[in-house]
Amino acid sequence: MKLMHVLAVAVLSLGLAACQKPTKPDAAAGSATGDAGAQTSAVDASAVPTGGATALTPQQQALAELKQKSVVYFNFDSDEIDQQYVPVVAAHAAYLVKYPTARVRLEGHTDERGSREYNIGLGERRAQTVRRALLVQGVAEAQITTVSYGEERPAVAGSDEAAYAQNRRVEFVYAQ
Amino acid sequence: MHSTIAAFARRAAALLLAPLLLAAAPSHAQLRLDITQGVRDAVPIAVVPFGGQVEGGPSDIAAVVAGDLRMSGRFAPLERQDMVARPTTGSEIRYEDWRLLKSDFIVVGRVEADAVTFELHNVRTGTQLLTQRLGATEKNLRATAHRIADLIFERLTGIPGAFSTRIAYVAVDGQPPSQRYRLIVADADGYNPRTVLESREPIMSPAWSPDGQSLAYVSFEGRLSAIYVQRLTTGERRRVSARAGINGAPAWSPDGTKLALTLSRDGNLDIYTLDLATQTLTRITSDDAIDTEAEWAKDGQSLYFTSDRAGSAQVYRVVLDEARKAQRVTFTNNYNARPRLSPDGKELAMVTLDRGAYRIAVMDIASRNLRVLTAGRQDESPSFAPNGALLIYATRDRGRGALAIVSADGSFQQRLSSDQGDVRDPAWQPFQPRG
Repeated sequence: MKLMHVLAVAVLSLGLAACQKPTKPDAAAGSATGDAGAQTSAVDASAVPTGGATALTPQQQALAELKQKSVVYFNFDSDEIDQQYVPVVAAHAAYLVKYPTARVRLEGHTDERGSREYNIGLGERRAQTVRRALLVQGVAEAQITTVSYGEERPAVAGSDEAAYAQNRRVEFVYAQ
Repeated sequence: MHSTIAAFARRAAALLLAPLLLAAAPSHAQLRLDITQGVRDAVPIAVVPFGGQVEGGPSDIAAVVAGDLRMSGRFAPLERQDMVARPTTGSEIRYEDWRLLKSDFIVVGRVEADAVTFELHNVRTGTQLLTQRLGATEKNLRATAHRIADLIFERLTGIPGAFSTRIAYVAVDGQPPSQRYRLIVADADGYNPRTVLESREPIMSPAWSPDGQSLAYVSFEGRLSAIYVQRLTTGERRRVSARAGINGAPAWSPDGTKLALTLSRDGNLDIYTLDLATQTLTRITSDDAIDTEAEWAKDGQSLYFTSDRAGSAQVYRVVLDEARKAQRVTFTNNYNARPRLSPDGKELAMVTLDRGAYRIAVMDIASRNLRVLTAGRQDESPSFAPNGALLIYATRDRGRGALAIVSADGSFQQRLSSDQGDVRDPAWQPFQPRG
């Protein structure tokens, strides 16, 4: 639970940064790396009890980098992956192909407008779009699970377009 | 189809006692009822403080009865400070006093050791319309008061009162992404909230069983959606569907033996029915679109549901025969979702996209005439009171999720707001068989 919370916070803060500037600005990325690095090592320490906080395997390092871009945002009422997120999906696909034991969970979300259960369907559609993109790029079906939270788990509170834009998303969540 | 699901069914049939269950734990967030749009032709009535009671206490019967009658939108109870006398029996009523105060009706009564007696009189004609003695204890005085309001309402309108029923809803505290979700059951006036389930993961779509004793709902505990059925009197809880993908939108068949629900395969949502005793699963829709939010027709022979098979969300109806052909039901507006049938089966409440805002509308099924009842921007989850006179729904109020109640003709509006967090996803309990 706690691990998920840390992950969620990391994903959220990175998601916010990503949303404000889709193309990664170096200075901002530098500070984001610092934060994410600290949180990732804490996560890894609990996941791998024998490993020291500094001794990251190449896979752990790759995962830490990947976690800086682990959200794909969507336009209103759309499940199409916007051009700017194609490299994000490709980076996750490359990682999953390289590490076939890695497992990813795709969490689909919508903004709060419209009916709740119908939004579960829209969130699922987004997660499936990302899933298909990963499959096309060679990821094995068994590596991917999907879940839709619809509007039930917003990334940020608020009822304006800025909040909506950050809540229409698919998050990549890794088990390890 | 049935055999492939058998393994799931066995697993899902396992009886689970809720680890997160807080049976009948008192909650803190009491909802507050405020009238936001009154009715001009509400009938004036005086509900005099009952004898044998301290005025203004939490189980002040006259205050509860007056509150219920006010909440119905059809009555305007006289303010206490305007009452010139405090009769507690019919023989003490001086009709001319109440005629001067322009009350059409008057209610008087008294609390005794183990009972409450009340009388309803017509002020204009000076006649008694109703009197009854109800067994009561100190502990259930509020419930007794709701029962009195039910009887008065029915005597004066011809419609059974629904003040003794309850509402279920979901309360959410905390800021994203770390929120706490609670499933709450409270009296219809927002009093006596009881948390029946608490979780760090989302809870949604509570649905009352036809006997009003159980709730089906969706819980994401375990980080995947599953449907549970929980009996409120015992707290006993069963996980009835935890299949791969989505398990959502449970709806009880009118006889209580089945649930309609939404499942997904490879991301495609379709509607199924699940026999609760045998765990037999039957696929009802098979379409590439989102098919969800099923609602049973009163005869149990067809389902209304939401689908975007024509490009945007609309309401359809499918007959539960071999052909299972779906027919579109809504044609006004570009978005109509979450159909809920009125108790008489003649109208459908739904969420409609009305001039850029999501609002609650009621459609007459025969004429297809759609009337928008609310004026919010994000109104959703309509649910009829069991007497059909009111609907409860979810809205936004000053940036927070709130519940609201509107009369079926849209003329009377009130808000049930919480002091903290969001409240959403209301469901009004059906009438319970009286034993």
